Amino acid sequence: MAVVFEKPKSLTDAVLHYCPGCTHGIIHRLVAEAIDALGIEGKTIGVAPVGCAVMAYDYFTCDMVEAAHGRAPAVATGLKRSLPENVIFTYQGDGDLASIGMAETVHAATRNENITVIFVNNAIYGMTGGQMAPTSLPGQVTQTSPYGRDVSTAGYPIRVSEMLSTLEGPEFIARVAVNNVKNVKNAKKIIQKAFENQINGKGFSLVEVVSSCPTNWGMTPENALKWVEEKMIPYYPLGVYKDRSAKEAQ
Amino acid sequence: MTTNILLAGFGGQGILFAGKFLAYNGLIEEKQISWLPSYGPEMRGGTANCSVIISDEPVGSPIVTNPDVLIVMNLPSLDKYEKAVVPGGKIFVDSTLIDRKVAREDVDVFYIPATQMAKQMGAPTLANMIISGKLIKETGVVSYGKVEAALKKVVSAKHADLLSVNLEAVTKGYEFK
Amino acid sequence: MAEKVLMKGNEAIAEAAIRAGCRHYFGYPITPQTEVAAYMAKRMPKIGGTFLQAESEISAINMVYGVAGTGKRVMTSSSSPGVSLKQEGISYIAGADLPALIVNVQRGGPGLGGIQPSQSDYFQATKGGGHGDYHLIVLTPASVQEMADMTALAFDLADKYRMPAMLLADGTMGQMMEPVELPAENCNTVEKPWAVTGTKMQREHNIINSLYLVPEQLEKTNFDRYEKYKIIEENEVRYESYMMEDAEYCIVAFGIAARVSKNAITALREQGVKVGLIRPITVWPFPVKPIREAAEKVKAFVSVELSMGQMIEDIRLAQECKKPVILCNRAGGMIPSPEQIIETVKNLQGGNE
Repeated sequence: MAVVFEKPKSLTDAVLHYCPGCTHGIIHRLVAEAIDALGIEGKTIGVAPVGCAVMAYDYFTCDMVEAAHGRAPAVATGLKRSLPENVIFTYQGDGDLASIGMAETVHAATRNENITVIFVNNAIYGMTGGQMAPTSLPGQVTQTSPYGRDVSTAGYPIRVSEMLSTLEGPEFIARVAVNNVKNVKNAKKIIQKAFENQINGKGFSLVEVVSSCPTNWGMTPENALKWVEEKMIPYYPLGVYKDRSAKEAQ
Repeated sequence: MTTNILLAGFGGQGILFAGKFLAYNGLIEEKQISWLPSYGPEMRGGTANCSVIISDEPVGSPIVTNPDVLIVMNLPSLDKYEKAVVPGGKIFVDSTLIDRKVAREDVDVFYIPATQMAKQMGAPTLANMIISGKLIKETGVVSYGKVEAALKKVVSAKHADLLSVNLEAVTKGYEFK
Repeated sequence: MAEKVLMKGNEAIAEAAIRAGCRHYFGYPITPQTEVAAYMAKRMPKIGGTFLQAESEISAINMVYGVAGTGKRVMTSSSSPGVSLKQEGISYIAGADLPALIVNVQRGGPGLGGIQPSQSDYFQATKGGGHGDYHLIVLTPASVQEMADMTALAFDLADKYRMPAMLLADGTMGQMMEPVELPAENCNTVEKPWAVTGTKMQREHNIINSLYLVPEQLEKTNFDRYEKYKIIEENEVRYESYMMEDAEYCIVAFGIAARVSKNAITALREQGVKVGLIRPITVWPFPVKPIREAAEKVKAFVSVELSMGQMIEDIRLAQECKKPVILCNRAGGMIPSPEQIIETVKNLQGGNE
C-alpha cells in the first residue's frame, strides 16, 4: 500500500506543545519538508528563539541551539562562520525578530549572512499571554493595548519584509501565509527556496510567514484564519520583496 | 639600577614614538623595560605623555610619577612635571617651543632647540628624535651603539626610507653641545 | 628561547589567542581595548579566521555563543560598559556549559564612567555578573607576558571545564608595552561530543540550551555545575606569594595594583617594615587558603584596589575576619601610588604598636 501522507523525517516524535489551531505546526512541517526534500538533515543546525517556538529544539531532529531572546541571527552568524558548509536556520517570532532582536536581524541581513530565517508573524506575543507586538495592527486589542493599538502612542506596525528589502545586502525576502491550502503550498515552495539559496551560497534569505494566534486573539481557529485573510494580509501583502539572483538573471 | 623616564608634549610630536624608541634600545641591551602611554582623546592633539622604565631589575609599577629623566616638548608639560622630577634628575627641554627656564636648581637641565634643528634638517617632525639623542648622550641609560638597531624596530617596514633621517636626527641630538 | 618582542598588552592577548587556536573573534570598538579588535581584523583574514565587527556587544557575545556551540575556540573582548552589555550572553554561555573567552580591559565606572584604568568590575567578574547561579574562571594578568600566557591558559581551562573564562585586565595592562615571549602554537583542545556540528545522520541530535522548565531538572543542572566549581576551587587556584616568609603585614592586590604594591614593598622593606604580597592570579576561584594561612601570621591585611573596595570582601571572608583588612584604594580611573600604600602600611604599624 502506498504511503500518501507521513510525518517529515526531520521532525521528532515529540508532541508539539502549540495551542489548537495555531499555525506553528504547519510552519514546522514546511521547514522539515524542505530539509527532507533537500536531504540536508545531517548538516543542518537550527536556532530556536524565545517565544512560542522556544522549544523548537525538541521538534527538529537536526542539531539545535536555543538562543537568547532576539539574538538568533547573531547566534546563527557564529554557527555559520564556524561551519560554513553546514546549513543554518533560525525560527523566530515577531517579538523576537522585530522588537528585541531588530538590530541583529537588520545587521545579519545587511551582511548578507548566508543563513535562512523563518519569521513567524502572528501580530502578538503568544508565549507571555497576548501582549502587543511590533507587528500588532492599528487598533488591535491586546493585553498591553487594551483599548486597541493607538498609533499615536504605540507607533505603527513594522512591515519587516518591506523594510529589509530596502537594504542592499540581503539575497531574498518574501512574505507568505499559511491560512489556506493555496497559500500553504506556496509557502512550502518559498521556504524551500530560502534553504536552497543558502546551499547555493546566495546569502541571507528570510521568509515572513503571516500566521494566526487563535488563543491570544480570542477567536476560534476558523475565525482566526479569516482574520488573517481580512486584516493581516491587506496590511502585510504577500509576495517576493527581494530576489537578487532572479533580478540579476533578467 | 632603574631609570624612570617621562616624556611629555603635544599629541603629534612623536612623544609615544620617542618613548618606544628608547624602550627598544633598552630591550636590545637586554634590560627590563616597560612603556606606558597616556591614552584617550589627548592622543589627537592634546597633551600626550609616556612613561618608560629601563632597569636591571624586573619592573614594578609601569607608571612614572617621579621621573629620573624628563623630556618636555611644550610649556604645559614643563609646568606640570617640573616639580615631579627627583632631586638630581635630568630635564631635557625643547627650547624652541619653551621659552622659560627651569626654576629648580637641584636638577641638571639641558636646553635643546630641537624643533628648530629639525626644521633645518628638513625633517620638522623629528624634534623628538633629536631630543632623544641628547638624552642618550647625557644619561647613558642606553648606549649609542645600538641606536640603529632600535630604529629598525620602531620605524615600520612601510617607512623604511625614513630610517636614515631618523638616525641622522638622533645623531644630531647626541652630538649637540 | 623565542625572541622577545615589544608588544602592547592588548596585542599580546590577540596574538596569544591566535596561537591558542582561536579563529573566531567578535567585538565592538571601545577604549581601552580596541587594539585587540584591530589586531584581529588584520590577522584573521590572513589565516582563514573570522573577524567580525558586530552591531553591538550583545550581538558579539551571541556570535560567540554560536561558535562556542560548535566546539571551536572563540573569544570577544571589551571594556567595562561593553562587558555589562555582554552579561546576558555570558549567562547563557554559562547556562549552556560552553567554553569561551571574554576579555575585560576595565575602565572606570559606573555608567559611561571614564576611559582610564580601573578594577571596579571585580564583583561583576567574580560573583557571576549576569542572572542566575554561575561563575567564570577569572584570570588577572599583571604584565604583558601574563596577558599572553593567561590568554592561552584561559582557553585551556575553559575547554577543560566546559565553561566561560574571563581575562580581567585594566587600561594600563591593555595599553602598556613590555617585552613578551609569545607562547608557542598550541591548541590543547579536548573532545567535544556535545557540540552541534550536524548529526551527519550518525547520532541523536545535540542541543545547546540553557532552558529547563521543570524546576527539578534546572536545580540538578545547578547542583551539578557547582560540583564542578568545587573541583575547580580545589585544583585551579593560582596566586603569587611575594616576600611573605617573615611578613607582618600582607598586601593583597592583583593586576596593576600588585605592580604598584611591589614598589611600595621594596621601599618599606628598605625601611625595615616586614611586608609581603599575596597576588591573586585567579580571582575566581579566589586564593582562600593562602589568605587564611597568612592570617595566622600577619597582623593585618591591606587590600590595594582600583575600586571602592570590592576584593576586600573576599579577603575578609577568606580568613573569617580574623585579622583586620584595611582598604588602600583609588577609583574612577586613578591608580594608588606607592607612597599611598607605604603610608597605609605605616599607619597600621603605628596603630599596632
